[in-house]
Amino acid sequence: MEFLTTPPPPIRRLELEDPAPAQQAAPPAQTENGDGASAPGGFTGARRSIGAPQFSIRRMEIDHVSVSYSNRDAVKDVSLPVRQGEVLSLIGPSGCGKTTLLRSLNRLTELTSTAKLRGRILLDDVDISLIEPTLLRRRVTMVFQQPNPFPMSVFDNIAYVLREQGSRRQRKKTLEPAVHSALDRAGLFEEVKDNLDHPALKLSGGQQQRLCIARALAAEPEVLLLDEPCSALDPQSTQVIEDLIVKLRDDVAVVIVTHNLQQAYRIADHVAFMYLGDLVEYSSATALFGSPREQRTQEYVSGAFG
Amino acid sequence: MGSSVATPPAPTPASSPPPRKGKDAVEGSATWRPADRIGLAICWALGLLFCAIAVAIVAYLFVQGIKFLKPEMLVTPASAGFSQGESGGFSDALFGTLIVATMGIALALPTGVGIAVWLVEYGRPTALARVTESTIESIAGIPSIVLALFGTVIFSSTALGFLSRSSEGVVFGRSFFAASAMLSLVALPLIVASTREGLSSIPRHVREASYAVGKTKAATTRRILLPASRPQVATGAMLGLGRIIGDTAIIIVLLGATQNFAPVEGASFPLNYLRGAGTTLTNFVYEASPTGNLNQPEKAYAAAFVLLLMVLALNGAVDVVHRRARKVGTWSS
Repeated sequence: MEFLTTPPPPIRRLELEDPAPAQQAAPPAQTENGDGASAPGGFTGARRSIGAPQFSIRRMEIDHVSVSYSNRDAVKDVSLPVRQGEVLSLIGPSGCGKTTLLRSLNRLTELTSTAKLRGRILLDDVDISLIEPTLLRRRVTMVFQQPNPFPMSVFDNIAYVLREQGSRRQRKKTLEPAVHSALDRAGLFEEVKDNLDHPALKLSGGQQQRLCIARALAAEPEVLLLDEPCSALDPQSTQVIEDLIVKLRDDVAVVIVTHNLQQAYRIADHVAFMYLGDLVEYSSATALFGSPREQRTQEYVSGAFG
Repeated sequence: MGSSVATPPAPTPASSPPPRKGKDAVEGSATWRPADRIGLAICWALGLLFCAIAVAIVAYLFVQGIKFLKPEMLVTPASAGFSQGESGGFSDALFGTLIVATMGIALALPTGVGIAVWLVEYGRPTALARVTESTIESIAGIPSIVLALFGTVIFSSTALGFLSRSSEGVVFGRSFFAASAMLSLVALPLIVASTREGLSSIPRHVREASYAVGKTKAATTRRILLPASRPQVATGAMLGLGRIIGDTAIIIVLLGATQNFAPVEGASFPLNYLRGAGTTLTNFVYEASPTGNLNQPEKAYAAAFVLLLMVLALNGAVDVVHRRARKVGTWSS
């Protein structure tokens, strides 16, 4: 072994630079107040990207629904309408039951053996507990928080939905138009059209999530459920998906769960605020954010808790 | 990652030195307590030692194998003779290994995957699932010679006489069928464990995404879950095959361990061989080693070399499956 003969380089102490630039990184001063709806609680920062709905048709009806896991109530006696032509957003702090409520709309809660649902949920005036689950879930499809394309090509991800249960029949050719139109509706077709055989899991996160939306749309659903679809995405992809959601509201009834109040304000027509399983307030987005009726809503919207 | 800062990082006397740049920036052990450094050194030494042992085995077998293996050994069956030059090769043993491996894995793979799917995706009633789990774990722990003994009891029964040789109502109970069936039990726990691992590593929301577009559990399992766990299934199958190829006890007890195929007279082509006794490479190596009846160590080395090549080929095949799976990608967690 050889010993170090040269002395180690002297420790260099750099002068601290002028600390002033560091302050530039501080959060920017609060900007303008939405579209003028000034909230007494001070809800700020977002601009609505959604216009007034052209029409609204009632598709689903949540009628005094309670969901409990073992003995813990997750959703308590909630009644809400779900309308096509509008985006309904469920907001509330973690554990308030909004995801549970969303999952009960296509009976995914039934996969949890301890979950029990009371009350009725109607889809076009038919109780969904009377509809065969697989049929219901084709009419009420869902997109999840984590982008979760299946481990196959972009094309096959959509084709999987179109094919019969477990079958691999139906040629690529016959499925092509439907696959293309689903990708197109999700705004993904232009980006992937040259390479539909690309493995879906190698797309970017935002593209993966739009593929999941395309997959959910391929079943030609009447209601689209979105469970925090942007929480794992960067701001740019979020923007793209929000625009997409706004565009979709005329074709399907959209229900979106979000943690992001600004997002709810930007894209929702109606907002339901839930807290500890209770539906605290349900009204139009401008009303709920601008002049909340309930004390709890006011505090949550202004960031007093959550 | 290219740093945008032009000046070098500035260590203050209180802070530790800046981490090395690049992916492999590791914490040095210079600041560790002596006991930890000694522990690390022992780990290193042991790792190197075992590498050396493995390399020694493989290298030695390669050298010996290449020296003694002659191509004609692979196509000539063993025969009686006074010297190693006259006693033929081990083609029957080689084919025996191939037959046993094919039949064993053909039984074990579907069964194992099926059990794993049931345990992970259904698993109800819970009590039954738990019993199944521990049963399979205990099968994994049973020495194969015990399985072999149990196999003789089963396959000597009159009802299963059609699987082996029988004369005047006495069932011989030793055949490729019998050996493969018991060998599949040796491979089964490995396949179940590996498949279960693959299935449980798939996030729950992926299953739900499939249900949420109206797919049944069966369709989801068939089209999404099993293809996604293909690498783990392949790993399990490879480990199982390795155990099947490498087992000797079951071969000796349940395959008759003759030096050549002993087809059953009066049966049609594949069945006459499968119902008859035979041998495999492991048994040949054992017999040809100095402790065995044949005592021709050169051929033992040659056969062991072939066995080693088969196992290495299996490893390569699993690598290919894993590499393909990596191309498809996986879910970010």
